Amino acid sequence: MSSNPTNSISVTPGKSIISSGTSEITGGLWADVWKRFTHNPIALAGFYVVCFLAIMAVFADLLANDKPYYLEYRGKTYFPIFRSFIVGARLGHWPPELLNVEFKKLEGARAAYPPIPYRPTNINLLEPLEPPSARHWFGTDKLGRDIMAGMIHGSRVSLSIGFVAVGIAVIIGVVLGAIAGYFGSWVDLVISRVFEIMLSIPTFFLLITVAALLPPSIFLTMAIIGMTSWVGMARFTRNEFLRIRNLDYVTSAIALGVTDRKVMYKHILPNALAPVIVSVVLGIAGAILVESSLSFLGIGVPAELVTWGSILHEASTTTFAWWLAVFPGFAIFITVLAYYLVGEGLREVLDPRLRGLR
Amino acid sequence: MLHYIFQRLLLLIPTFLGVTLVGFLVMRLAPGDPAELRAAGGLGGARESTISRNKQSTVDEAMAQWRAQYGLDKPIHVQYLVWLKNLFTLSFGESFKDNQSVWGKIAERLPVTVKLNFWSILVVYLVAIPLGIYSATHPNSFGDQITTLTAFVLFAVPLVWAATMAVVFICGGDFYYLFPPAGLESLDFSEKWSFGKKFTDHAWHLFLPVVLLSYDGFAGMSRYMRASMLEVLRQDYVQVARAKGLQENIVIFKHVLRNSLIPQVTILASILPGLIGGSIIIETIFSIPGLGQLGYESVLARDYPTVLALFTVSAILTLLGILISDLLLSVVDPRIVFGRRQQ
Repeated sequence: MSSNPTNSISVTPGKSIISSGTSEITGGLWADVWKRFTHNPIALAGFYVVCFLAIMAVFADLLANDKPYYLEYRGKTYFPIFRSFIVGARLGHWPPELLNVEFKKLEGARAAYPPIPYRPTNINLLEPLEPPSARHWFGTDKLGRDIMAGMIHGSRVSLSIGFVAVGIAVIIGVVLGAIAGYFGSWVDLVISRVFEIMLSIPTFFLLITVAALLPPSIFLTMAIIGMTSWVGMARFTRNEFLRIRNLDYVTSAIALGVTDRKVMYKHILPNALAPVIVSVVLGIAGAILVESSLSFLGIGVPAELVTWGSILHEASTTTFAWWLAVFPGFAIFITVLAYYLVGEGLREVLDPRLRGLR
Repeated sequence: MLHYIFQRLLLLIPTFLGVTLVGFLVMRLAPGDPAELRAAGGLGGARESTISRNKQSTVDEAMAQWRAQYGLDKPIHVQYLVWLKNLFTLSFGESFKDNQSVWGKIAERLPVTVKLNFWSILVVYLVAIPLGIYSATHPNSFGDQITTLTAFVLFAVPLVWAATMAVVFICGGDFYYLFPPAGLESLDFSEKWSFGKKFTDHAWHLFLPVVLLSYDGFAGMSRYMRASMLEVLRQDYVQVARAKGLQENIVIFKHVLRNSLIPQVTILASILPGLIGGSIIIETIFSIPGLGQLGYESVLARDYPTVLALFTVSAILTLLGILISDLLLSVVDPRIVFGRRQQ
């Protein structure tokens, strides 16, 4: 990327340190980062895939649902999906004639269904293990549940696991790393021992142990993944803090009597964030991978929750049902690849060494 | 050198204690009383509803006795110290599941996992280093771009997907039968087979697990290798070597390679935990009787002594990996002074 023409107009690292510290030119560095990021078509493609997945996760209920968007029944018009949101938020009730009905069996009703007219929980024992067809785009599992619906709703699980787990990891990692790097001496020594312990722990084994011992829950899984994956971020943060702490501007801030906390969070952290951001993006991919392995092993997430990993697990036992293996695995692969591409693209624009600004 | 090894070993002690303490606390503080679980298992899990009050007291008594037998009635720090003391005599206690010696179980399965991981590490290095050398010596060529792209894509392939696809498409099933779906030797395996036949049978069974365990390692490492080699190629001494008229081969293999191998040595330590995690998945899918499968089964059965022992063994392996890569580092890089390694 050294031949990137935008190099000539990019800010120097010295300026970027100032600009991210003062309020009127806020975003100078980040606007530049974004601009250079968009010049990398592969990274940008990854970013679009990430956005697409996020939209799919947010609108999963509108894409795959057993209720219609729009329903005309006995001369009345209903919007059952939207009504279900209202009921779900406890702001209203179902009209009595629609309470606990099967919409597809209403007689004389005219309805507009979402592209995938199933929910992942719809069990249909009459259609077990159907190969992909016009009715079930990606086939069904052995309980007759639609795989496409399972995958659309499963994107919620993997996305939220990725973000929440990494959020927890960032908080632990940045706080510990910042304290170790800023205070140095014996504090650093002690915290670095903790890092070493965490690095020597067989993380995945610890993970499946804890996840299997605790009751299955998606929130616990998120927390466990987060609590076992912060070491990398902590070490990055520590090294950055260690480096920046000895820069003149920090020394002068301390000399001016700025409190430790303010120096750490206001003056050092913004400049230490770049490598952390890259590891956050890669960490989301890692968390999604770990979650898929956990649900593949049938540990952590509740049995009735359909995730990409749990569909894969079924594939490994019913080996003739190739559609159970191909589609969810490909979804994990594409998601992870997209995050890797974004992370790699960010690394290229954030790492001063790769910018040729050594 | 001996002094350095001794110093490193001393530093390992607090780390080792920390790791085992974490493992121990996780095992003991998790909800679910092993004694109760055992009682429930022994009585078909229908304890609450079908057993009269009379029998209930007998069960409680048995549970208390069993707790005392395994030392579960003592305070937790005493339990930890007792466990540590036993560790020094290489005794991991008895399995809750079948009362067999945990150490015996592990010793029986350790060779399988070590074999699997040994071959995987070998494949990782044998594939990654030549690929890395090629990519770095032909930067931005067509071949380099293909290698980089392939490595990147492989790195993102989830192990569970790759393994499931292999099981579905090339291990019998409805498609192709190229590789066996389970085990490490054929069902009719006999000691009487000729060496060649035994070897082929083993290789045939090991091929898929080893490839699956190593692809993500060599994908990652070939990229590291490329980067570190490019870094070295930029150094002045390489230019000097070329300027004094050395052949390109000698420059690359004698002067550049050695220095660009340094980071790869430290990576050995970081891929070990990944291999242990991968072994759990691969051994479970392919029914390979190794430590990973034992770990998975023991976790599900809440067999605390076995889980804790496996946890400890994996931690020891990881720590040894770190130690070995530190020692190797000082072998490949004489600039690293023993005991005074610069960060």
